[in-house]
Amino acid sequence: MFIELDKEKKKELLKTMHLSRAFETKVNEMFMKGMIHGTTHLGLGQEANHAALSAALCEGDWILPTHRGHGHFIGKGGSVYSMMAELFASKYGIDKGLGGSMHMTDTKNYNMGSSGVVAGAVPIAVGMAFALKKQKKDNLVAVCLGDGAFNQGMTQESLNLAAVWQVPVLFFCENNMYAMSTPSRKYVSGNISDRAASYDIKTITVDGNDVIAVYDAVSAAQEYIKREKKPCFIESKTYRWLGHSKSDLRKYRTKEEEEYYKSLCPIMRYEEYLINEGIITREYADGIQKECEELIEDSVLFSEKTRGDILTIEEAMQYVYDGGSRI
Amino acid sequence: MSVMTYAQAIKEAIREELINDENVYFIGEDIGLYGGCFGVSRGLWEEFGEDRIIETPITEGAFTSAAVGMALLGLRPIVEIMFGDFVSLTVDAIVDHAAKYRFMTAGQVNVPMVLRTPFGSGTGAAAQHSQSLEAMYLNTPGLKVVMPSTPYDAKGLLKAAVRDNDPVMFFENKLLYRTSGEVPDEEYTVPIGKGDIKREGTDITLISYSRMVGVCLEAAESLEKEGINCEVLDLRSLRPLDTELIISSVKKTSRALIVYEAPLFGGFGGEICAAINESEAFYYLDCPVRRLGGAEMPVPYNPILEKQIVPTAEKVVETVKNMLGV
Repeated sequence: MFIELDKEKKKELLKTMHLSRAFETKVNEMFMKGMIHGTTHLGLGQEANHAALSAALCEGDWILPTHRGHGHFIGKGGSVYSMMAELFASKYGIDKGLGGSMHMTDTKNYNMGSSGVVAGAVPIAVGMAFALKKQKKDNLVAVCLGDGAFNQGMTQESLNLAAVWQVPVLFFCENNMYAMSTPSRKYVSGNISDRAASYDIKTITVDGNDVIAVYDAVSAAQEYIKREKKPCFIESKTYRWLGHSKSDLRKYRTKEEEEYYKSLCPIMRYEEYLINEGIITREYADGIQKECEELIEDSVLFSEKTRGDILTIEEAMQYVYDGGSRI
Repeated sequence: MSVMTYAQAIKEAIREELINDENVYFIGEDIGLYGGCFGVSRGLWEEFGEDRIIETPITEGAFTSAAVGMALLGLRPIVEIMFGDFVSLTVDAIVDHAAKYRFMTAGQVNVPMVLRTPFGSGTGAAAQHSQSLEAMYLNTPGLKVVMPSTPYDAKGLLKAAVRDNDPVMFFENKLLYRTSGEVPDEEYTVPIGKGDIKREGTDITLISYSRMVGVCLEAAESLEKEGINCEVLDLRSLRPLDTELIISSVKKTSRALIVYEAPLFGGFGGEICAAINESEAFYYLDCPVRRLGGAEMPVPYNPILEKQIVPTAEKVVETVKNMLGV
């Protein structure tokens, strides 16, 4: 639980949130300027989740973020240099420029990456959890899904299968209130947590803009999963500050609504808490922010400088098939 | 050598691989005590129990995707989809995920899984339980597609598929399940990507796969009586394709007829035709390459109509004679 963390660990959570914020802010700026191609889905405002989910998991626990997954990549300890280089599509990217924003896979840090198909990774996580169980590992798989994924049949099938198979999977629903342009209050019938509970899965609902609350929810969930050998479900209620992707004009919601949710900024709230508790000072917090921004700037410098170092078609072809076999 | 049915050969392959490798799991609907919809897995549950034989709810999309997840962490799942038609429910798992993971992650992971499924018409099961959907997977780099015609090939290829580090689609024709053939008693595999000459000949190459190989052999036998000597080439694997074997055979015979059960238009025959035309074999051709495929309609329930929509030995004989101008 959060209360058991030492001061350094508490500061680490803040640093992860700032790093996620700085990364996404910079990526947004670069997309606007046309410095990088393709598309991207940014997680500004959802940093409490990025920091708390992986921090509350154990060594060897896997995550599968949503396509809005840059922050979780950072949360799992991934290098911002390899993620930035991936956006610039060079061979120094985590996927050597073959995956891009939606597929930041970092297996060394137990991050299987996202699926670009909404709910696509949910059943895959169930299968990974099945594998961990068969391999007798005391680990779990945490799969992120949004409120939008809740209207995909695949999510319902996966919840059922996980409960039937009794596998160690944590369904981590970041309900950011919007599936692209559709508000969940209008397009999701009933309550998301109630749906999960109807599969006889333990559910926890939490304020997803409060990093301490999310940390405690994930800690409780992972203890439950490892003790009971059963799946668990968290609904973390948060808000997507920016549009769905870079081309979104956000006509479907008001400025007032956005301002209200920005006032619940998870970083601001956590900084206030840490300052009030005497763990950090305002100067320290500002220093962390600056340090993160500088690190991101440096990763951009590196990625710009090396953006010409790309795989050849022949090299890329090597990754279509492994071509080998077990014996 | 033992004589066994195509279905038994497949079961033996699964059984041997379950014994050989603790990472192999067999997953699907009603594959336990029930023994599988076509009885292929009868006895496996009794032998291996529910630890290795994983029965699932009716949830093809989820358990096939789950198999992708298992493979990502080093298991080697064999998924059974009860009817080849239901692979449509697993397209996201196979096409969007299994075929892409290795590439999208620049080789950080592999997806060593097999999806096997019975396909094809001739059982009176109508339009949603009789299709031949292999072409859907042939336009997807990252996948391998295997369609054996004999018990020997079925066993050897399935064992190779289970050991393969890439995802393999393994299509089994329902009408072949009860056909018999010789299978070695000792351990063997058949390499994926290698075709097989099932009958040598000099006048024309009949190129086929799965059940239509038997149809071609029947036609070849009847044509022999009329002095026409057919070579019958069994592709066995559609992707990777043994283009070399096709080319060398067509160079020898100077004629090629492609025979398959799936609807003609957009089917695999077009790809083989292109492979011939784009190679030096083109210059050896004495007549245009022809195709015989399924009719352009869903599979009808009426048994008389159902028989008419797929190529028959008579139709192959007629087309060959037409091509030879006799």
